[in-house]
Amino acid sequence: MTAVESAPIQPARKASGRPSATRLLLNNTLATGGLVVLAAIVLIALAAPILPLADPNVTAPANRLLRPLSEGHLLGTDALGRDILSRLIWGTRVSLLVGISATLIAAFFGSLIGLVAGYAGGRIDTVLMRGIDMVMAFPYILLALAIVAVLGPGLLNALYAIAIVNIPFFARNIRGITLGLARREFVDAARLSGKSNAQILFIEVLPNVLPVIVITMSTTVGWMILETAGLSFLGLGAQPPQADLGSMLGDGRKILFTAPHVSIIPGLMIFVLVMSINLLGDGVRDVLDPRLKSGALSRPVARTAVTRQGLVPDAAPDPAAVLDVRELRTEFHIGGEVFKAVGGVDMRVGKGECLGIVGESGSGKSVSAMSIMGLVPTPPGRITGGVALLEGEDLFSASDERIRQLRGSAVSHVFQDPLSTLHPLFTVGDQLVEAIRAHEPVAKSAARRKAEELLRTVRIPNPAERLKAYPHELSGGMRQRVCIAMALAHDAKVIIADEPTTALDVTVQAQVLSLLDTLRAERDTGVLFITHDFGVVSAICDRVAVMYAGQFVETGTTEQILSSPAHPYTAKLIDCVPVLGEPDRRLDAIEGRPPMVNDLPKGCAFAPRCPRARDTCRAAPIGLTELGDGRTVRCLYPLTEDGDE
Amino acid sequence: MIAYIAKRLLAAIPVLFGLTVIVFAIMALIPGDPAQAILGNFATPENVEKLNRDLGLDKPLVQQYFIWLGNLFQGDLGRSYMQNRPVLDIVLERFNATLILAGTALVLCSVLGLIAGVISAVRQYGWADKAITFVVLIGISIPSFWLGLLLILVFAVNLRWFPASGMYSIFGGGDLPDLLHHLFLPALTLAVVATGVIARLTRTAMLEVLRQDFIRTARAKGVTERSVIYKHAFKAALVTVIPVIGIQAGFVLGGAVYIETVFQWPGIGSMLVTAISTRDLLLVQGGVLVVAAAYVLFNLAADVVQTILDPRLR
Ligand code: SF4
Repeated sequence: MTAVESAPIQPARKASGRPSATRLLLNNTLATGGLVVLAAIVLIALAAPILPLADPNVTAPANRLLRPLSEGHLLGTDALGRDILSRLIWGTRVSLLVGISATLIAAFFGSLIGLVAGYAGGRIDTVLMRGIDMVMAFPYILLALAIVAVLGPGLLNALYAIAIVNIPFFARNIRGITLGLARREFVDAARLSGKSNAQILFIEVLPNVLPVIVITMSTTVGWMILETAGLSFLGLGAQPPQADLGSMLGDGRKILFTAPHVSIIPGLMIFVLVMSINLLGDGVRDVLDPRLKSGALSRPVARTAVTRQGLVPDAAPDPAAVLDVRELRTEFHIGGEVFKAVGGVDMRVGKGECLGIVGESGSGKSVSAMSIMGLVPTPPGRITGGVALLEGEDLFSASDERIRQLRGSAVSHVFQDPLSTLHPLFTVGDQLVEAIRAHEPVAKSAARRKAEELLRTVRIPNPAERLKAYPHELSGGMRQRVCIAMALAHDAKVIIADEPTTALDVTVQAQVLSLLDTLRAERDTGVLFITHDFGVVSAICDRVAVMYAGQFVETGTTEQILSSPAHPYTAKLIDCVPVLGEPDRRLDAIEGRPPMVNDLPKGCAFAPRCPRARDTCRAAPIGLTELGDGRTVRCLYPLTEDGDE
Repeated sequence: MIAYIAKRLLAAIPVLFGLTVIVFAIMALIPGDPAQAILGNFATPENVEKLNRDLGLDKPLVQQYFIWLGNLFQGDLGRSYMQNRPVLDIVLERFNATLILAGTALVLCSVLGLIAGVISAVRQYGWADKAITFVVLIGISIPSFWLGLLLILVFAVNLRWFPASGMYSIFGGGDLPDLLHHLFLPALTLAVVATGVIARLTRTAMLEVLRQDFIRTARAKGVTERSVIYKHAFKAALVTVIPVIGIQAGFVLGGAVYIETVFQWPGIGSMLVTAISTRDLLLVQGGVLVVAAAYVLFNLAADVVQTILDPRLR
C-alpha cells in the first residue's frame, strides 16, 4: 500500500466502459506501427511466389555486385549476380518460418513442462525445475552452438537448437502462473466433480495461462528470429543454395569493403523485422498484462502539486493554533476521473495539543494529513483548494526548498508500517544521522551521538548497539520507536502521525502510545493523529474529528464524542472499539461500504448505511451544525437531539 | 555475510556439476559413431579404436560420464584432432581474449544501462526518457553482428578511427593503448543489447522504488530530492538490477561468438565457430564448458555483490 489508501480512488470497474483489447492495442502508436510494418513484411513474404521477382538462385556473373537502384535490380546484385531484392524476400520467408516454428516448438514444450510442474507441484516440480535451472545456467547462445555442433550445421538443426534453448523461458513463466492457479477454488471444484488431472489442466487451467503464453511468445519470437539468423550468419544455419537473411548477411560480409550493400540490406531487414515484432510485443504485453502499463507506474514528484482554483480562504491565522488548515481539498485525477479524496476540511492543532482524525480506510483521513506537507503522490494527487498555515505561513504557496526545510524539522511524520517506511538497506543509525544532518550542519560523529541520544529518548535499550542494526533486525515496536526518534530529531512543532500503532500488536501499541503522549507533553509538540480506532483516540487525543467520504462529519472533544456521539456514523465507530473478551468487534463490522469519492451522492454521503436516514437526508448537501461547546456535526437528525441510542 | 558467501560458493558446485552433465549429454547425442565423429572423416580405424578405448565409449553412458569427469578433474579435456594439441591448452589460451572482451562489455553495459535507466526514470515522459526508450528499443532489436559490420564500415573503413579486426596490431603495438584501441568497437557492439535490457529494467525498478513508503519517509525527513533519487531510490533499485546484470553476463559471453567472428577477435567464440565447422567436437566441448563455467562464476559474483548491498539476504 502506498502513501494513500487506494481503495476509494481506484476507478470503479465498469464492464461496459472498458475498451476492447484490440482497441487498446491500436491506441498505442508504436505498437500499431510495429503491427503495420510486420503485416507488410509477412504479406510480401507470403506473396513471394506470385510476385514478379527474378529467380533468387539464378547466377549471372556478368551482372555481379551491381549497386542498388541498378536497372532491373532495385537492390542490386550479389557476388554471383543474383538479384538481392528477390533473395531478400525469399530469405525473409525462410527466416520468418524458422523463427515462428522455433517459437511454436519452444512454446509447446516449455508450456507443457511449466503446466505439469506447476500443477503437480512437489517432487515432479522440483525435478523439472532443477533441469530447467541447469539449462539456464548456460549462456543462451552457447548452448545452441553446442547443439548445432553435435547435430551438424543446417537450418533445421539451428531451428531445433534455438527452440530448445528457449524452452526454459516458457517453462518458468508458465509454471509460476500455474502454481498460483492450481491452488484456486475452481480447480478444487473441478477436482471434486471428478475430472481427471489432464482434463483439469487443459480445460480449466490452460485457458487462464494462455495470455502468459502469448506474452512470452511475443517477447521471444523476435529473439528467435535474431538468433537463427545469427547461426546462419556464422555459417551454421542455412546452407547454400538455401538462404535466409542471416546467411545472406554472412555471405555479404566477405565483400563488406567492396560491396557493402550486399550485407547491409539483409541486416537492415532483420533489424526492421525484429524491431516491428518487439514494438508489437510490447504493445501486446501492455494490453494483456495491465499491471505493467506505463501509466500505472508514474513517478511521484517531490511534492504534491498545488492547483488552487478560485479564492484562497481568508487567511487570518488563528493565533492559538500552530497548524491551521482550512477548506483543504485534495483530489486524485486518474484516467479522466476526479476522485475528491478530501472535500473541504478544517484542522487546527494547538501547542501540545493532539487532534485525532478518525475514519475508515478510504475516508480521506490520511490524504488530509499527507496533504499538509505535500506528501500525497503527484501524479495522481493534487491539492485543489484551501490553505495550510504553519504559524501563519501558507505551506501551499511556499517554495519547494522551503517545504524541504520544514519537513522533518518544524513538521515531522510518523507512518503506519515501520518496516516499509524505513529504508531496508541503510542502518537505523545512518537513517537517523541523515535526518539530523538534513537540517543541521553537524559532523557525522556529532550527529551519531545525537542519534544515540534520540534512541535513548524513545526508551530503546542499548542505543549505541541499535544504531548499527538494519530495520529488519528490529521488532515492530522497536522500529516504530526509531521512527518516532527520527520525528523528534529537530524539536518539531507538529508531529503528523498516520496510524502509527496500527501495524503493532496490542501491548506494543499501548507502549508506543504512552511514549508519544509523554513526549508530546514534555516537548509541547502538537500532534495530528490519524487512526481508525476509537480505542486509540481515547488514549491520546484531546479533540477528535470524525471523517467520512472526504469530509468531517463530527468534531468535538474526545470526552464529548465518546460519551455522547452526535453523528450516527460516530456511534457506529465507537461500537466497533474492541472490548476485552469480544475480539471480533472490528471496524468492518459496520455493514455496507463507504461511497466512491468520484461519485458522491448529492445529499448525506452516509445515508445508504444510516439507520436514521430519511428522504430529506438525500435531497441536498448537509452543512456542519454547531452544537455548542465547540462541537459540530454534519447530520440533520443527530443522536444528541432525541437522546436515544 | 562471510557465511552466506561461503554458502553461495557451495551452492555453485552442484550447478557446475550440472553443466558437466549437460555438456556430456549433448555430446552423447552425436548421431552415429562418436569416435568417428570426433576424429573426423580422415580417421584411421586404429585411431578410432584407440579413442574408443581412451574415452571408454564401449561402456555404458553413466560409466563413460565418470571416466570423462575423472579426466576433466585431471585437466584432460582430450585432444583437438585438427590442431593436434590438448584442448585445455587451446581453450585457456583463447579464454583470456574472451574474458577481456566480455568483461569490458559487461562493465560498459552496466554503467551505460544504469545511467540511461535512471535518467529515463527521473525524466519520465520527458524527451530524454522518450529518446532513451527509443534508442533502447533499437538496441534490443538490432542484430549485433550486423551492427558490428556497420561500425567497421563507418569507423574503421571510412573514418579510420579504429582498426577493423584483431586484438593487437600485427606490427608493433601490443601494449595497453593498442589493446584498448582494438577493443573499443567490439566491446561497444557486444554491450549494446545488454545495455538496452539493463536500462529498461533500471527504469522500471527506479519507478517502482520511487513509489515505496521509505521514499516518502526520506522526503518527510527533508532530505533533498537529489539524495532521495540518487541515494535512497538508486540503492534500492540497484539491488533488483544486479541479478539481471549477472544474467546479462550470459548473453554477453554468448554474444561474444558473433562479435569475435565479426571483428576477428582471437577468443573462444571465434574458435568455437571454426571448431564447429571443422567438426572438432572435443574442442567445442571444452570451449563450451569453460565459458559456461565462467558464466556461473559471473553469476556468483553478482550474488555476492547483491549480498553486500542488501543486508536482508545475509
Ligand atoms: S443526515 Fe441523515 S442520513 Fe446522514 S447521517 Fe444524519 S440521519 Fe443519517
